[in-house]
Amino acid sequence: MSAVSVRLIVNGRESTVQVHPMARLLDVLRQDLHLTGTKEGCGEGECGACTVLVNGELANSCLMPVLQADGARITTIEGLAPRAGELHAVQKAFIEHGGAQCGICTPGMILAAVSLLERHPNPTNEDIRNGLAGNLCRCTGYMRIFEAVVKART
Amino acid sequence: MRASIVGTAVPRKEGPSKVTGAAQYVDDLTLPGMLHGVTVRSPAARGRIRNIRFADGLPWQEFTIVTARDVPSPNRIALILNDQPCLADDLVNHAEEPVVLLAHPDKHMVELGRRSVTIEIDPLPSVHTIDDALLARTVVWGTDNLIKSYLVSRGDVDAALRSAHLVVEGEYETGAQEQLYIEPQGIIAQAGPDGAVTVWGSLQCPYYVHKALTSLFGLPAERVRVVQMETGGGFGGKEEYPSHIAAHAALLARKAGRPVKLIYDRAEDMVATTKRHPSRTRHRTGLDRDGKLVAMDIDFVIDGGAYCTLSPVVLSRGTLHAAGPYFCPHVRIRGRAVATNTPPHGAFRGFGAPQSLFALERHMDVVARQAGLLPHELRRRNFIVQGQTSAVGQVMRDPVEMDLLLDRALALSDYHAKVARFQKENAGHRVKKGIGFATFMHGAGFTGSGEDLLASVVEVEATAAGRVRVLAASTEIGQGTNTVFSQIIADALQIGYEDVDIAQPDTAAVPNSGPTVASRTAMVVGRLVERAALSLKKVIVDAGLLREPYTPAEFSDACRKYISTRGPLRTSARYEPPPGVRWDDEKYQGDAYGAYAWAVYVAEVSVDTTTFETRVNDFVAIQEIGKVLHPVLAAGQIEGGVAQAIGFALYEDVVWRDGRMANGQMTNYIMPTSMDLPPIRVFFEERPYAHGPFGAKGIGELPLDGAAPAIANAIEQAVGARVTRVPITPEVLMEVLERT
Repeated sequence: MSAVSVRLIVNGRESTVQVHPMARLLDVLRQDLHLTGTKEGCGEGECGACTVLVNGELANSCLMPVLQADGARITTIEGLAPRAGELHAVQKAFIEHGGAQCGICTPGMILAAVSLLERHPNPTNEDIRNGLAGNLCRCTGYMRIFEAVVKART
Repeated sequence: MRASIVGTAVPRKEGPSKVTGAAQYVDDLTLPGMLHGVTVRSPAARGRIRNIRFADGLPWQEFTIVTARDVPSPNRIALILNDQPCLADDLVNHAEEPVVLLAHPDKHMVELGRRSVTIEIDPLPSVHTIDDALLARTVVWGTDNLIKSYLVSRGDVDAALRSAHLVVEGEYETGAQEQLYIEPQGIIAQAGPDGAVTVWGSLQCPYYVHKALTSLFGLPAERVRVVQMETGGGFGGKEEYPSHIAAHAALLARKAGRPVKLIYDRAEDMVATTKRHPSRTRHRTGLDRDGKLVAMDIDFVIDGGAYCTLSPVVLSRGTLHAAGPYFCPHVRIRGRAVATNTPPHGAFRGFGAPQSLFALERHMDVVARQAGLLPHELRRRNFIVQGQTSAVGQVMRDPVEMDLLLDRALALSDYHAKVARFQKENAGHRVKKGIGFATFMHGAGFTGSGEDLLASVVEVEATAAGRVRVLAASTEIGQGTNTVFSQIIADALQIGYEDVDIAQPDTAAVPNSGPTVASRTAMVVGRLVERAALSLKKVIVDAGLLREPYTPAEFSDACRKYISTRGPLRTSARYEPPPGVRWDDEKYQGDAYGAYAWAVYVAEVSVDTTTFETRVNDFVAIQEIGKVLHPVLAAGQIEGGVAQAIGFALYEDVVWRDGRMANGQMTNYIMPTSMDLPPIRVFFEERPYAHGPFGAKGIGELPLDGAAPAIANAIEQAVGARVTRVPITPEVLMEVLERT
């Protein structure tokens, strides 16, 4: 199959890429748009390291053919901070409360946390555990991630 | 004097780059003209390579193809015994053994290439269990399948067992466990026109890779350069294995004359790279009438897989932890590492100790029950104390306060009340609760004479901008190396935490501070950082440029003045053993470790007697680790380690089929998610250790040791199942319960 033209609005900026229609959104972000903050952990939708927001919804970018994202607004970790040189409240809380160790799950985990807080501005412990269940972290045992989510909301 | 920075929760040094996605991991790096590499692996567990077939229809002339014929002689990856080939030549000794390497500019084409190579093998008999390896009817390694053995012998165990009031036997097993760092392994290699090699990678030990590459290519040290990129978790999995990937990527890069990126996908990483050694431990334990240990006879065997790799040192740590935190006058520990035809097992956080301590701490509950004692009573009667000697003759010079840790752990977990309540309530319920614990220790730093042999070096330099920079090969892999080193420098020099930089580990720029393993970075290397920093200050003071007390600005100013008038300012420190610390390799006797962290972990579980699923409801982890350098990072180490250990205990089951991992996917190899873990409540007792920086001891591996036996003990309390192996999957528990 030959390349198709796909329009993406990534972190508020519109781009058009010429790619194979079945190219993974993950690869388009990383290779065509050079946004390497989105990570690949498993390539099968289990670990959530490749999590991005597509039209505000959490998505595993390793499972999404780019054609499916045609015209979509996509937020990656690079687009989360309100302004250059500043951090989003969740990013700050992850630093302050030890939510990031090796950092490889962190971009996806932070986007999952942001999405969670949008859906549950005052999340219960169960909401937090549920909301992050699609994102695996091997370093922290999640405890400090939970704390960061709680603190980011306050 | 300003308030100390050590002991406070300063923000992680590389935190901002990690939360913004700016941190550069190896797969984020692209070099001009770079090819993508793949590895073609043996489909059989053991056999002779008859033929390598390249399917028709692919443009093979576009590929760079490397086989054993392209590997310089000797075709070996240097580590301990140098028995492991870089690429299999005639024989393969395990499934997934690397045989052919391919590189191509197009990632999809190279993957197609990988699927289009068939390695035809004439099978040979293979060995897949510890028992078959010991039986040695089929010899697959050396003359008897025995990679390494140790014998610890104190007193007269046989006589003590004969005269003991009670002798209790038990056999325990632990399974393989995958490290499952979320960033798969990967390396980029570039070759110079003169054959020099540079690699960038996800790795724990730059100088291990350096040694492997200089040995393989016969290059002088300065023509091999190893650079650690941001590393997405290691847990031991990136201790020795990256040497293989680096060698493979470098072979391709040298042949292609272009840079090559070799990144494993998850399935390849899971099935082909090292895992925690499976183990089997047999205990025969003698007690006197007072419940005192009189004899411990321990037979500890680990499955090393097809090649030696790190098995001798994993075995040593497991052997040295096998008798636990107890005093016993008559001890025999026979430790053996055997070869089988599975991919070699290797380093995984805990390094042999989680295996032998699972056996011991599960066994102690069994012994207590047979002796008519409560689990805490038996342990209290036998805890080792300051001044007593371990089975290998190490005098406990520092205070050992296991009694106090046990008191606190039982109080914090509400142990006694819960035991009583569960006993009363369980009868009428389908879901039964239990609470159990384990008491244990973990030696920090390399085992035995390891630190002497490493003779690690750290350098510290002042920069022209008046900042201070640490030069060490110790890697940040999430545990907090950058942060802790910066805290140590800040307090040693009385400067700001933000005035310290950490050099990227790069063998062309940093000295060999040893591998990032063995709970040694904060304690051993941190001490070198402190000493090098103090030397730096002395140089400036001696030059008359600085007088104490001073402000951070005055220190910075003095550095600038020194450099502008006298040139570069760099000092170093080399490891020296603490006074009186000695280990005799020949006799396998002496100070096995410079220091121990001591701990008591308590797990409360629910067991569903219909589904046989176990959940951990609450977890208390109390430990004495010397001075806590950073409360958030330290707690994070314990919580993360306990989570991995809960996985080891309950969920993480490597399914083997003819020596191959059959469940090499995150879909069917299950690690704990955010839904699976209890609150992990972490507490520290601080007893500063005289030879660690600001009193710190090592903690990284400790939390892997105690959770599995605590959980198994809790399960027995809940449902009466005498569980003797981990992982305790529902299938295992069902079998045990239906048998009893």
